[in-house]
Amino acid sequence: MRQAWIIAKRELYAYFATPMAFVFIAIFVAMTGAFTFYIGRFFDRNQASLEGFFSFHPWLYLLLVPAVAMRLWAEERKSGTIEQLLTLPITTFDAVLGKFVAAWIFCGIALALTFPMWLTVNVLGSPDNGVIFVSYIGSFLMAGAFLAIGICMSALTRNQIIAFIAGSVVCFLFTMSGLDLVLNFFRLWAPDAVVTTIASFSFLTRFEALSRGIIDIRDFIYFLSLIGFWLFATVVAVETKKAA
Amino acid sequence: MTAMVEVDRLVKTFGNFVGVDGISLSVGKGEVLGFLGPNGAGKTTTMRMIAGFLTPTSGTATVCGHDVASDPTAVKRALGYMPEGSPSYEDMTVRAFLTFIAAVRGLEGAEAQTRIARAVERVVLGDVIDRPIEVLSKGYKRRVGMAQAILHDPPVLILDEPTDGLDPNQKHHVRSLIKEMAADKAIIISTHILEEVTAVCTRAVIIGQGKLLADGTSDQLLAKLPDYHAVAVVIPTVQVESAIAALRGVTNVAYTQSQTIDDNTTRLRAIPKTSAPILSDVATAMRNNGINVAEIFQDRGDLDDVFRLITTGAIKSAA
Repeated sequence: MRQAWIIAKRELYAYFATPMAFVFIAIFVAMTGAFTFYIGRFFDRNQASLEGFFSFHPWLYLLLVPAVAMRLWAEERKSGTIEQLLTLPITTFDAVLGKFVAAWIFCGIALALTFPMWLTVNVLGSPDNGVIFVSYIGSFLMAGAFLAIGICMSALTRNQIIAFIAGSVVCFLFTMSGLDLVLNFFRLWAPDAVVTTIASFSFLTRFEALSRGIIDIRDFIYFLSLIGFWLFATVVAVETKKAA
Repeated sequence: MTAMVEVDRLVKTFGNFVGVDGISLSVGKGEVLGFLGPNGAGKTTTMRMIAGFLTPTSGTATVCGHDVASDPTAVKRALGYMPEGSPSYEDMTVRAFLTFIAAVRGLEGAEAQTRIARAVERVVLGDVIDRPIEVLSKGYKRRVGMAQAILHDPPVLILDEPTDGLDPNQKHHVRSLIKEMAADKAIIISTHILEEVTAVCTRAVIIGQGKLLADGTSDQLLAKLPDYHAVAVVIPTVQVESAIAALRGVTNVAYTQSQTIDDNTTRLRAIPKTSAPILSDVATAMRNNGINVAEIFQDRGDLDDVFRLITTGAIKSAA
């Protein structure tokens, strides 16, 4: 754990060593705001809630989170530093976990910087801050799941662009699996149990529940086990493709 | 002498390609072992397996008694490893990078600072310590790689091509650093520069196509040359006949070669039957037969020739 934290600190340093961190955070904050006010019609809704704000998070994450994750392993492999890293007295799991934690903290910072939205609704009305809090937790968990997928894709290639696109596509599948667009295709021929299973894998379904303030422990377990699974897959990918 | 690195029948295959094919060797404290071989011979792959970066297909490697397969972290703790090209996190400053390495190695606070200061002093990095690694020259980057490898004063050092791409002064510096550290460590360096073997290594192995082809001191390797210890004499052409006759009388001379230098002088080379020196015998034979020797010298032998002959298979390997 101690080793993973040292790796995480270095990765955080790497994020903020380039302007990339600030560009990313600025874009994230600006886009959440723009979506909420223009597409989400924040004022027309006339409600003191952040439901409109949170409903765009899965779609923003689809684009931005794989961008945060893409460099984590692909860059190590491309520059050869993976050899330096993995010949230090750490386990592959330490390295994978450390990188994930750094990226998650980074996303957390970006998410926390959307606090003016929260201030706005509190000035304009009296929203249910409990619901907003749970929504933030849900959004953070969902970002973690997107990240874990993105890191795994990054571990499979030395090309950051490929890592980004593959990450986005896999995240897209997980996001979309709850929509009728996808489910109707399965309803045609698959038994109900299969359809329900596919739907249950959806980020959207899980996140919608959380963003309405409904705390279901299964939703937490879902996101955490998804993170666990993809990080495990990342360890396997790094181990088997070290020198490739 | 206790072996600090022990490699036993190490094999690594990549698909159908055999990268390393049954290499065994051991390195003890105080030894500097040179890995010689043409590019793609399996030097880097072997080092990567010892350092725990690649998993061997079969065979074992142990460092300070720890098996790299069963206890890789212990191996990595005992090891200072500089990968080929010494890749490091270019976005960090030298100080930040070394502080990170120190932290991973369990060194913190004042102790880490002392160790970093010592390593920086040893590899002469003081001038650039607060610069980002990406702006440094190749020579400095290599020194950063050296600094991180020696930071924790490991009992075993593995350096993959430590002098590759350095200028002669930098090479000299790196070599003297290696020699300085050699006394209480086991060191493995890889190189394809043969002068390096004579300059720093106590022993060398030649690797070709994944196999260990030769193992010995540079003198032992030179002895593999057919004309090792050959003696050349420069004499007046008129005396060539009698000189050849005289050389025939020397027991250990196998045959002679003659080469005309100009109208009046000829060079004769006497090739020994065994690798035992024949210089004094040849000198005596010349003197006794009244030959006017202008020059006489013993071939020092060229490691490049050994390398070429062994790796192309012209000399049967006898490792």
